[in-house]
Amino acid sequence: MANIQPLTVPYQNLFTQVQVVGPLHDGPALPTERETRERIVKPFSWYWLGVIGNAQIGPIYLGTLGILSIFCGVVAIQIIGWNMLASVNYSPIEMLRQLPWLALEPPPPGYGLSLPPLNQGGWWLMTGFFLTASMFLWWARMYRRARQLGLGTHVAWAFMSAMWLYLVLGFFRPILMGSWGEAVPFGIFPHLDWTAAFSLRYGNLFYNPFHMLSIAFLYGSALLFAMHGATILAVTPYGGEREIEQIVDRGTASERAALFWRWTMGFNATTESIHRWAWWFAVLCPLTGGIGILLTGTVVDNWYLWAVKHGVAPAYPAVFTPVVDPATLIGVKP
Amino acid sequence: MSRARIATIVAAVTAAAALLSGCERPSPDVVQSGFRGTGMEQVYNPRRLEKVIANNEVPPALDPVDPGGPKAGQVYQNVKVLGDLGVGEFTRLMVAITNWVAPKEGPDAACLYCHNPANLADDSKYTKIVARSMIQMTRKINVDWKAHVANTGVTCYTCHRGQPVPQNVWFKPEPLKHDVAGLLGDRALQNAPAGTVALASLPYDPFGPYLSDAKPIRVIGDQALPNGNRASIKQAEFTYGLMMHMSDALGVNCTYCHNTRSMGDWSQSPPQRATAWHGIRMARSLNNDYMEPLTATFPAERKGPLGDVAKVNCATCHQGAYKPLFGASMAKDHPELGGVKPGAPRADSPKPPAGPVAAPPAPAAPVAAPAATPAPAGAPVSEAAPPITVPAAAVRTVADASRPEGIGR
Repeated sequence: MANIQPLTVPYQNLFTQVQVVGPLHDGPALPTERETRERIVKPFSWYWLGVIGNAQIGPIYLGTLGILSIFCGVVAIQIIGWNMLASVNYSPIEMLRQLPWLALEPPPPGYGLSLPPLNQGGWWLMTGFFLTASMFLWWARMYRRARQLGLGTHVAWAFMSAMWLYLVLGFFRPILMGSWGEAVPFGIFPHLDWTAAFSLRYGNLFYNPFHMLSIAFLYGSALLFAMHGATILAVTPYGGEREIEQIVDRGTASERAALFWRWTMGFNATTESIHRWAWWFAVLCPLTGGIGILLTGTVVDNWYLWAVKHGVAPAYPAVFTPVVDPATLIGVKP
Repeated sequence: MSRARIATIVAAVTAAAALLSGCERPSPDVVQSGFRGTGMEQVYNPRRLEKVIANNEVPPALDPVDPGGPKAGQVYQNVKVLGDLGVGEFTRLMVAITNWVAPKEGPDAACLYCHNPANLADDSKYTKIVARSMIQMTRKINVDWKAHVANTGVTCYTCHRGQPVPQNVWFKPEPLKHDVAGLLGDRALQNAPAGTVALASLPYDPFGPYLSDAKPIRVIGDQALPNGNRASIKQAEFTYGLMMHMSDALGVNCTYCHNTRSMGDWSQSPPQRATAWHGIRMARSLNNDYMEPLTATFPAERKGPLGDVAKVNCATCHQGAYKPLFGASMAKDHPELGGVKPGAPRADSPKPPAGPVAAPPAPAAPVAAPAATPAPAGAPVSEAAPPITVPAAAVRTVADASRPEGIGR
């Protein structure tokens, strides 16, 4: 213990940023001449970007997958945008003013899974197709870029977890329910109102155990991120920001961080395992959430009653004079 | 400090101020209404409540008159509804209606808003036909809708508040452009900043399906597992829209009528929910039985964009208060409209209404208005009128009384 010396120079890097700008570089050449040529934007640096990240911009490699993905994404956003603009009679000012309320809605439930007219959800289906295509192309691009750089494919699989939730909401569950009308509209407030209506219709989503798990992983991710970020910033005076090296060659920064957490909560993750914690928490959030959505309406119709049945929802003492459903009383006006 | 840093700080402060400008100033008053820790509470903004209280002040009643004397039907011609009243009572009601509905002076106001000056018995003004029907409607409400209005009852003033046309009425909405035809831009009857649903993006006409037609409002299943309840999420959004209107019209939260852990469960709901259930049926009945038949009577300028008659919703009477006029009874001074004097049930009072009569007083409601005497001009109002304290105590009593043995606070 006596060997741990407090740092004499007060060094805080939460607000005192160090911006290191090295020589601009293109990175290693790609396997083929064509691919190397397809890397666009000559690298340059921008001070303000350096404040939040690396100051160097470029080069960008889009390739076939990237270009196709962006094309499909643009088509999807164009369809949404032009439908919104048409719904305010092509007034740019109204479009700005009402933007949070506007949406592209899925077909009315009456159409089931059949192809509806364009203006009755047809555009929505088309948007869904292009957006899905865009995401899968982007996924493949992430996978291939990672492989090309000799990396693992962790990012691609984490992205797939988010895509799973998206596909459950807009594709798998509507198909199981037999109606595209069950899906989420593309719009800012409308998708939030949809969410509230979804929970209301199915008897309170908070009693859905997979929803509970998803929330735990969501908040857990934020907590882990804060703990990890704080720990690494706190040990940077000892070189702790070189955390990847410290995985295999633990230095005083790692030791101090580990000791800190053992002192305060009795247990510490390692420089290596904390990243597994973070990855799994982030990935499990949409993964469990998607399972919860998929079960709603297909397997469970009223989550509150399900929770009562399985002893999850507690009973509280009655406070109100008991009410009887007036519709069940004889002689009541309809 | 560098210029760039100052600019950044100024921009951040401005952006934060702009973001917060849409918020209500704290702090709200929160009144617990259900079991502790369950979020069953009402949230009031005292500053907004002041406006609602000011809008719901009760005008003084006219002095009572001797109900005897010759009947109005014998003295005046063409008295079809109020013929049984004594002349004194009849005249008193006419004066009251003038005060309630058309108090302004002018060539076509006051008595002449409905009556032809050359011949008061003449039915040539459409307003007189409408007024006759509205008197019948008021009586109907007071006599047959006690499940909703209890013995408090209603008068013309409940809706009119000194205006010939009540401030809160609804018409069938004009279809928004591109709702009807077109290649793109369908709003699917929602997704517009609509006041009818308190500026949510929910379906903007929750009245047609529920307060004119009787489309099913309930969407929540009553069994844990799927059992044939095919209500869609879009249906749930329509119901949600109606509920937003009710919440807005009554100035209450969802928890005023629902236990939000299980919105559809009657056994856990506050008793107000049953009153509201009857209110929905009452509004629907008034629209179909009294307003719709007047469609041909009203001139075009009084009708909606689709030529339909003005119709009632919750806001028509409630006007932001959990009970219209915060529960003050004006009908008690007007038995001729079916009002009930306190402690003196009318001999000819109808059979007790079916269903749960008059839900017990709402525990969480602000009692402010009936007691609120207008503050002297210039005096700070908010400190003087504490609208919350009394019901909070009442709530505690209710909670204490119903808490089983051994359950602590």
